[in-house]
Amino acid sequence: MSDEQNSVSDILEDSTYKYGFTTDVESDTFAKGLDEDVVRAISKKKKEPQFMLDFRLKAFAKWKTMKEPEWPNVHYPPIDFQNISYYSAPKQKKVLESLDEVDPEVMRTFEKLGIPLDEQKKLANVAVDAVFDSVSVATTHKKKLMEVGIIFCSFSEALQEYPELIEEYIGSVVPVGDNYYAALNSAVFTDGSFVYIPPDTISPMEISTYFRINTEETGQFERTLIICAENSYVSYLEGCTAPQFDTNQLHAAVVELVTLENAEIKYSTVQNWYAGDKETGKGGIYNFVTKRGKCLGDGSKISWTQVETGSAITWKYPSCLLIGDNSSGEFYSVALTNGHMQADTGTKMIHIGKNTRSSIISKGISADHSSNSYRGQVKVGKNATNARNYSQCDSMLVGDKSSAHTFPYIETANSSVQVEHEAATSKISEDQLFYFESRGISRENAIEAVISGFCKEVFKQLPMEFAVEAQKLLTLKLEDSVG
Amino acid sequence: MLEIKDLHAGFDGNEIIKGISLTIKKGEIHAVMGPNGSGKSTMAKILSGHPSYEAMGGEILFDGENLLEMDAEQRSLAGIFMGFQYPVEVPGVNNAEFLRMAHNARRVKAGEEEIDPLDFDDLLSEKMKTLGMEKKYKERNLNDGFSGGEKKKNEILQMAILEPKLSILDETDSGLDIDALRVVSEGVNKLRNENNALILITHYQRLLDYIKPDYVHVLSDGKIVKSGDKSLALELESQGYDWVTTAN
Repeated sequence: MSDEQNSVSDILEDSTYKYGFTTDVESDTFAKGLDEDVVRAISKKKKEPQFMLDFRLKAFAKWKTMKEPEWPNVHYPPIDFQNISYYSAPKQKKVLESLDEVDPEVMRTFEKLGIPLDEQKKLANVAVDAVFDSVSVATTHKKKLMEVGIIFCSFSEALQEYPELIEEYIGSVVPVGDNYYAALNSAVFTDGSFVYIPPDTISPMEISTYFRINTEETGQFERTLIICAENSYVSYLEGCTAPQFDTNQLHAAVVELVTLENAEIKYSTVQNWYAGDKETGKGGIYNFVTKRGKCLGDGSKISWTQVETGSAITWKYPSCLLIGDNSSGEFYSVALTNGHMQADTGTKMIHIGKNTRSSIISKGISADHSSNSYRGQVKVGKNATNARNYSQCDSMLVGDKSSAHTFPYIETANSSVQVEHEAATSKISEDQLFYFESRGISRENAIEAVISGFCKEVFKQLPMEFAVEAQKLLTLKLEDSVG
Repeated sequence: MLEIKDLHAGFDGNEIIKGISLTIKKGEIHAVMGPNGSGKSTMAKILSGHPSYEAMGGEILFDGENLLEMDAEQRSLAGIFMGFQYPVEVPGVNNAEFLRMAHNARRVKAGEEEIDPLDFDDLLSEKMKTLGMEKKYKERNLNDGFSGGEKKKNEILQMAILEPKLSILDETDSGLDIDALRVVSEGVNKLRNENNALILITHYQRLLDYIKPDYVHVLSDGKIVKSGDKSLALELESQGYDWVTTAN
């Protein structure tokens, strides 16, 4: 039987990472190392307003006093933060008048990744902000969005054009000293995306950011800020890939979401960073990300959906602060680990307002030698009368060398609340596969059916294009070793 | 259709079937009976191609092809259907979707185009109507949370969709109450025709009151110790297995 078990893990293997190429572009890269001068230099390079520099310096001072968190269930050698370059940008003219001025190599890179940016080929229903290493290189559909008052641009541009919005909201969800990586990000972030949806506006299209790390020893520290005003709605997508290097690269992003009264943000991620060599575990991205949403207004809603299929290490807890009365938070997650990947991911739902609701659906799939942990906190404050939470955390093991862990933390300070937690662990069993085979269904199709069945509740939350992509990605990870 | 010649088989090196020969022609129903541990289950497993079971001697020909060289998927596509004693539960996979996958695998094998979900739904509805099955079998996940009886009915629904040449029903009557047994048996009877064949593996003869076999074989210690017609099953019922096993 042990041979059979192995072959199941084989099927989940992803022997070729098809995004592993690098692009040869001339870039403007800072020397490695981090001190206050580097922080000042980044701010100067980007011609930032004073408040931004102050914010960075405060974060840097804080970061210096902090230690890397040791509580996550992941293991890696210490990171040398002096051996990373904190700024890398493809060389280009100071201000881009149009996409024609973007380095054609960069344009081709995104096209290869399935994200064409030029006017003729750009995706019709999705506006894209393309971030290459440290900077945003192109944003599509900006004008069309502006017609309905929606601001969608790179973070750098927003700092120049809408400094008052940034000043009001940056750090209001994730304070500079929130955690080690958030503090680091706050000090050295270089770019990212900014979205503002004005009151009473339903975004006419999906808005997305596509992150690409290209340079070997660069960290990517981007910042996303989305503000959704009263009675508005936006669906936001995020995708990520990186080339294949033997060294580990650090991706420490901060995402802040704010919803005002009756507003809703739906934030979806398909993460496929390079996960390192399957056999040796060498290389791959350290994905240490802080994502948090603040349901500030009554009746507002934030929904996180993530499909995590890459990165050597994932450390990420998209969370919701449910401040407004009747506000609600959702977290839907599929985390697939194989090879030597380690994931410690989950969410925090902090109930502060009355009648606040949250639901958590987490699906972890671990194969090969990987380790997959769900860590979730549900905290209900004393004023959160009638708060409700439902959590469901399911794990699926493939083979007998992988592991799955669940760490739920539940804290309630109000007796009228209802908190439910369910957890289940299953295996793709040989008996199940045999059952399919004895009905003439191939092993490959059987595994695909079982996996997508397991993830169904999460996939159906994704916007159509992303659901298709996520399915394809999981299938790709399965298929490679079947044929 | 099926020729078993001096078959020896078992698992983990233990020989459980110790020389069985049996010929089954199309249109026939054979009942294989026997006490616990006689090798009935092993026979079902070896015919279905379960990877843990191995043939240790002899051969099995299905329509002239060497069955022992085929894996479970190939056997199914060749027209063999295994009705499991304990059908496995597969949460998350919709039953109708599963049936469509199985049906399409056959169509692809025959060089036909895959059926689209709407046309398949019509086909499925028609089969379910014939078998008198409720709508829930379309909506629920594959055997997930099904009662013993529901699982067995679902096996018969799969049989109806796959239209196999040879069906092997392993202890299909176990765990069924009289009503479920009647529904399942009636279903099986409706699916019979002169071109297909059936092997009923059963401990008790009560199933044979509903599905009438042409031949009854009694298995004991891995061998067929007695063969006869339907009356043999009745005699077994009144006299117990000791009657044949000690007579041997």
